[in-house]
This record gives sequence, structure tokens and C-alpha cells, in this order.
Amino acid sequence: MAKHATPKLDQLESGPWPSFVSDIKWEAENRAKNADKVNYQIPVDCPADLLGVLELSYNDGETHWKHGGIVGVFGYGGGVIGRYCDQPQAFPGVAHFHTVRVNQPAAKYYSSEFLRQICDLWDMRGSGLTNMHGSTGDIVLLGTQTAQLEEIFFELTHKYNTDLGGSGSNLRTPESCLGTSRCEYACYDTQDVCYQLTLDYQDELHRPAFPYKFKFKFDGCPNGCVAAIARSDFSVIGTWKDDIKIDQAAVKGYVGGEFAPNAGAHSGRDWGKFDIQAEVVDLCPTKCMKWDGSKLSINNRECTRCMHCINTMPRALHIGDERGASILVGAKAPVLDGAQMGSLLVPFIEVNQPYDEIKEVIEKIWDWWMEDGKNRERLGETIRRLSFQRLLEVTEIAPQAVHVKEPRHNPYIFWKEEEVPGGFDRDIEAYRTRHQR
Amino acid sequence: MNEEQQIVVDFLTGKTGKSKFYFNDFLPLFPGKGPRDVKKILTSLVNAEKLEFWSSGSTTMYGLKGAGKPDTDA
Ligand code: HEM
Ligand code: HEM
Ligand code: SF4
Ligand code: SF4
Repeated sequence: MAKHATPKLDQLESGPWPSFVSDIKWEAENRAKNADKVNYQIPVDCPADLLGVLELSYNDGETHWKHGGIVGVFGYGGGVIGRYCDQPQAFPGVAHFHTVRVNQPAAKYYSSEFLRQICDLWDMRGSGLTNMHGSTGDIVLLGTQTAQLEEIFFELTHKYNTDLGGSGSNLRTPESCLGTSRCEYACYDTQDVCYQLTLDYQDELHRPAFPYKFKFKFDGCPNGCVAAIARSDFSVIGTWKDDIKIDQAAVKGYVGGEFAPNAGAHSGRDWGKFDIQAEVVDLCPTKCMKWDGSKLSINNRECTRCMHCINTMPRALHIGDERGASILVGAKAPVLDGAQMGSLLVPFIEVNQPYDEIKEVIEKIWDWWMEDGKNRERLGETIRRLSFQRLLEVTEIAPQAVHVKEPRHNPYIFWKEEEVPGGFDRDIEAYRTRHQR
Repeated sequence: MNEEQQIVVDFLTGKTGKSKFYFNDFLPLFPGKGPRDVKKILTSLVNAEKLEFWSSGSTTMYGLKGAGKPDTDA
């Protein structure tokens, strides 16, 4: 018998999709039974009260969570998100319901042993409810009480060899796609950069001193499996400089039906015979491909590395050999201002250990943004307010045509007097001898 | 407490009418210093348990330890 009647929440279970309500009910029952004889450190009915307070919110049409607080582990300004219920007498199990963000391993490779340890820790010292993973990329452990925080932190760091992630105005937990570990499209070792920069920027990760949050994300290629271009203030996206490699025999294999396009990903339905003209050449966004019936050619100067042709015919087409990354900056979700995608800052950068070139760009941006950014202003908003040109100046990058998103959209590059031979002064009398009024 | 730490504490105990401050609010206290240096002073005060972090989850602020509204914790 459930602790609280939740008719409104019960409705959410009636749809065809998996329901978080069913999951929380399942955990509430599990904890009540306690078959594993766990020595619970927070109230056993935490999940049951969570459902109860949510039902109350649905009835009242307003939230019963307070905002924020002074909780965390000693010396860290992030990683724990304090939440308190404003009806603690009715729902003592969620009087505190703090979230703990745990830094996920690069590209989310786990051993089953680690997962068991995390779950055991959370059954004992938390609600037992997790979110694998949060939109930030972290392992999100949902709901514990203040007294447990240092204990959890000790276990995570001393026994499980991991750490808290980011929250608040700090560097957020860096995130990468699985890169060279499994993907033939990877133009650099995303996991290694992600790991190295996490280590190098521990101070920024744990001690918040930025105007607002700051995220790096590392995609090995423009397919963007961690969506760096849309979700991070500093997006590193793999690319190459030379030509797409073409295996003409394999192209013919696709045309002749020997190989399934997209590695068979769309085989659930009969789309008819593969049509290289309609499905690849005509869909190239820069119209830089040609198929003459026996040979595929690409005008690589025009290719924007959209990945479409490579994704469709992975056996025949391969990324080039001069590999590196592009850096885009300023993507964000809407908070103060609307959503923004990243803007191209560095068209090509080599990605080699110890990644000093990339770090140099990051640190110049931080120095500027920490000084000139307004409170709660993301980098993308600072750029819009103070101009992309200002960003180019602080990062010491020369303006170039690729910085212009589209003609007439962002004419932000102006000459300064010292850049113009002879300056802006002219002899008006001499001018008038040549030009009538 | 060294001189720099004292400047921060004096600012926080002064009549500001507020108990929590953004990082940026501390920069004008040290006109010659960049953000990284000011951060070191604040970090030293957190480590000395004079200051503490307040977080909404998305934004972080600094305050004197125990200042402002008492925490909801028992
Ligand atoms: C009946 C005659 C004309 C019509 C109906 C017409 C209509 C237009 C329209 C609808 C636009 C786009 C405005 C916008 O995008 O905001 C435009 C832009 C423009 N037109 Fe015309 N136009 C006419 C004659 C002319 C002539 C004779 C000239 C030059 C000698 C001219 C030069 C331009 C220029 C330079 C622009 C771009 C202005 C800008 O976007 O700032 N137009 N015109
Ligand atoms: C070195 C010489 C020139 C410079 C530096 C120059 C610069 C510019 C700039 C900065 C804009 C604004 C672009 C924007 O808002 O995105 C512009 C627009 C324009 N210019 Fe020039 N311009 C030059 C020569 C000329 C000449 C010789 C003409 C015509 C005979 C001309 C006609 C126009 C027109 C019609 C527009 C509006 C175009 C549009 O908005 O589509 N310009 N120019
Ligand atoms: S982003 Fe590119 S390199 Fe990374 S996993 Fe996805 S397809 Fe592979
Ligand atoms: S990667 Fe995209 S832009 Fe480049 S050739 Fe292929 S389809 Fe065209």
C-alpha cells in the first residue's frame, strides 16, 4: 500500500512509454522490503515522499522545493545541488533532497563493478534514485541529506577513484564522445583531451569564480555525438584539412547493392534500390560531389565536412589524414537570452598532447570573460554584447572570412586607425581638388 | 588573517545590506589584481572557514560563514 495516494501521477503511467512514476514506486517498494538488509542512512520512505510531494505540487500548481542553499563538501563550491522541501513535516523523507553530481568517466565507459559500487553507495546513503546520465553528462545521484555529503564524497574519492562533477558558476564536468576508442570517424582522441583538461582545470571545476557556468565538450567529428556545437561554451569538433579518401571500388559496391547504405541502419523498411545521385550527391549541402556513373568525385575545397556522404557510404569514403579540430564558442540554452549555437573561432587546430594550443585559447577566453562578463552571463552572451571582434582581439586571432557567418548578418569587423596605413586623417583641401561637393 | 583577506572580510561585514555576493563583486576591492589573484584570496578564506559558498545549482555566490538566513538544516 503506497504511503501517499497519487491519482494524478498514476495517470502518467497509463501511456505507452516507460514512466518515472513506475520507477520511483518500484524503488519505494524495494526500500520498504529491504531484502538486502541495507543500513539506510536517510529515511527509508524517501522515494515514497518524493511521489507525495510531487502529487501535492500537481494539486497546488506550484513547486514545493526551495531554491539552493549552503550545502556541499568542504572546499568545493560545486558538485552538490542543495534542495529542501517546504513541507518537511508532511514529507520528512525529502526534507532535504540534495543532488550529487559525479564526474562520469570519459565517454562513459564503466566496469560493472564500479556501477554496483555506486548503486550500493546510493542505496545506503541516498534515495536509491539515479539519473544516468544528466544532461550535463554527469552521473546524477538524486536525493540525499546534508549529513551524508562528506561521507559520500570520501567514498567516491578514496574508494572509487572518482570525483564530484561541476555545478554553479564553475567549469562543468567536461564531456567527450567515444572518439578513437571505437569510432573510425574520430579525428582526435576525444577521451584523452577530456581527461587531461579535467585534471588540468581542477581549480576551475571545483572552485567557482566565473560569471556563470562554462562547458567544454569534445566531439571527434562533425557528427557531434555529444552535441558540442549546441551545448557548450567551448566546443572542440574534429575535422580534417586534406581530402576525403575515396575507395571507388567500394562506391561501386554500394551502387550495385553489395553493401547496405548507412551500414544497414535504415533497413527496417524497404526504401528501394540505393540511388547514389539522389541519396548522396544531391543531398551534399555544398553541392561539391559528382557521380558520372562509374566514378565519384569531390571538390574538397567546397566540402564543409557535414559527414553525410561518409555516414551513408562508410566503406567507400573516409575522413582525411591531416586531422585536428575546429573550435567553436558561445553555444548555450536559453536562460537570460535565447538559445545560441557555437560560432567558429579557430577553423583548424592540431590536437596533440599536452594540448597546450587548445588550453591557450581557453585561458585567454577565461581571462577576458572573468573580467568583463556580467553576472549570470554566458560566454555567448558576452560575445554578443561586446562583439565577436573583441573576442578575436582577446584571443589574438586574426579575423578571416570563415568568421563571417553569412553576409549582412554580423558585420562586426571594423578597421582601427592604427591598422590603416596613413590612419584616418586626410587632407580635405587636396580631396576637394579631386572631388566636387 | 593577512591584509588582503582582511579587505574581503571588512567588505562583507560592512553595511552592504546583503549576505551573498557574486565573484565579480570582489574584483573592485583589488583594482590592481586580475580575477585569478582575487580568486586565490577568496579560496584561502573558504579554506580557513571564514567564507562559504552558496549555490542555486546554476549560480554560485560567496558569503561569510553563517551569515544571512540560517540554513534549513537541523
Ligand atoms: C520599383 C523599383 C524597385 C523596387 C520595387 C525595389 C524593391 C526593393 C526591395 C523589396 C528591396 C529589399 C529591401 C530589404 O531587403 O529590406 C530592395 C533593396 C535594394 N534596392 Fe531596390 N527596388 C526598386 C528599385 C531600385 C533601384 C532603381 C535601385 C538602384 C539604382 C535599387 C537598389 C536597391 C538596393 C541597393 C537594395 C539593397 C538595400 C539594402 O538592403 O540595404 N532598387 N529593393
Ligand atoms: C571599398 C569600397 C566599399 C566599401 C568598403 C563598402 C562597404 C560597405 C559596407 C560595410 C556595407 C554594409 C554591408 C552590410 O551591412 O552587411 C556596404 C553595403 C553596400 N554598399 Fe558598399 N562599399 C564599398 C563600395 C561600394 C560601391 C562602389 C557601391 C555602389 C556603386 C556600393 C554599394 C553598396 C550597397 C548597395 C550596399 C548595400 C548592400 C546590401 O546591403 O545588400 N558599395 N558597403
Ligand atoms: S562525434 Fe564523430 S567521432 Fe565522435 S563518436 Fe560520434 S561519429 Fe564518432
Ligand atoms: S561531407 Fe558533406 S559537404 Fe563534404 S562532400 Fe560529403 S556530403 Fe558534401
